[in-house]
Amino acid sequence: MEQIKDNMYQIDKAELLQVIMEKKNALWRLCQICCSFPKAEQHYEVTYSFSSGYDFVQYRLIAEKDEWVPSISRVYNSAVFYENEMHELWGLNVENIKVDLHDKLYRIDVETPFLPKEEN
Amino acid sequence: MGNRSVVPFGPQHPVLPEPIHLDLVLEDEKVLAAVPSIGFIHRGLESLTDKKDFNEMVYVAERICGICSFQHGMAYCMALEEIMNVEVPRRADYLRTIWSEMSRLHSHLLWLGLLADGFGFESLFMHSWRLREKILDMFEISTGGRVIFSVNKIGGVLKDMPNDMLRDFVRQLNDMEKEIRDTTKIFLDDYTVKSRLVGVGILTGEDAIRRGAVGPMMRASGINVDMRKNGYCAYGDLDFDVITSNNCDSYARCEVRIGEIFQSIDIIRQCVEKIPDGEIDTKVVGMPNGEASIRVEQPRGEAYYHVRANGTKFLDRFRVRTPTFANVPALVQTLQGAQYGDVPLLVLTIDPCISCTER
Repeated sequence: MEQIKDNMYQIDKAELLQVIMEKKNALWRLCQICCSFPKAEQHYEVTYSFSSGYDFVQYRLIAEKDEWVPSISRVYNSAVFYENEMHELWGLNVENIKVDLHDKLYRIDVETPFLPKEEN
Repeated sequence: MGNRSVVPFGPQHPVLPEPIHLDLVLEDEKVLAAVPSIGFIHRGLESLTDKKDFNEMVYVAERICGICSFQHGMAYCMALEEIMNVEVPRRADYLRTIWSEMSRLHSHLLWLGLLADGFGFESLFMHSWRLREKILDMFEISTGGRVIFSVNKIGGVLKDMPNDMLRDFVRQLNDMEKEIRDTTKIFLDDYTVKSRLVGVGILTGEDAIRRGAVGPMMRASGINVDMRKNGYCAYGDLDFDVITSNNCDSYARCEVRIGEIFQSIDIIRQCVEKIPDGEIDTKVVGMPNGEASIRVEQPRGEAYYHVRANGTKFLDRFRVRTPTFANVPALVQTLQGAQYGDVPLLVLTIDPCISCTER
């Protein structure tokens, strides 16, 4: 785990579930999960945000385009929507989502994922 | 074991102003489980960063929601201001705080009306919305718009409110306060209202955290967290307490929102007393490069904004997690074990805004 900004740490895929379990046991609230695909870096950045009282911390996981990322939905139920959204709109492969909606979270006709055009 | 059945609820339902669907697994009249599904009105606003530059995205952010439009625009501007190291003039901070609290007032009054409508108390619904109308009039007088009034810009605000106008608003709010107290007294004391709310839809504090609930939904479960206490805009200069309730039921959610109505009026009063004279915006030059995460307290709860810029006029990422998105798992929790007849009210108690949720 490496600190990259104030309140933000970069973690490996292998560390993810351990970090998430620690947060759950300490009764931290999952604020959100954000997936982005910066054009310059050409990889996914998945940011997990947690809050306890007014404390706020974020963990960032880097994933390559075809890489699978473990789901945290079996630890935090509320991650189900976030993970389904990341897969549907960004094409991030999330492994073992508790309720996998198979790209049907949003009932849209537009082709997904919305990656930068040259990457589609 | 009673008869089991699955009953669809929504997306079109008299109590739903916007579409959400629930599959309710019932045993006789008792809800055993609820499976939510959304996705009827996804607009792809986040992906507009490909077509709209970072200045135009202010207007996109404001269109995420019609009720908390101002606070969406403000949170987006705050994220860009952090990335570009822009210091907002204090007067602009105070003006943003005043408009934010007016948005909270009209949102909570709107919600009270919808709640009254939900349990069939039509005259109470009309009274709540009549009061709300006066706040919309204030928006119109101060900005020219009633719903989406586009006064945010990166670096401050586009319009000033003269001090005379602010004092007049405080006079109007003082008059309204008594009327609001009379109306909200019915929500808090009336036997028929209490019979629908007390003890219905219990969400314990621990469940609220585990399910990621935010805003009044969380505070009604005894969790003392309000993003305004982080001191953004002018909130750091103001004196207010976080309103919580330990009852954890639908009545507690109503109680917290009603408390926040009076708190908002008080915050506006404090702002008008303390607002400094001066500039209302800072000139912003250059392109944003970097990233920022911002959390603000909207009427429905904490909204999270993440913006990532790459030194060009088009952003790499514009991410919004709205309060209703976070409150849906908590709603599912409150529905388990509820009576079928209480489902519409329980859906209302999270103050659902599905347009926000789907962006």
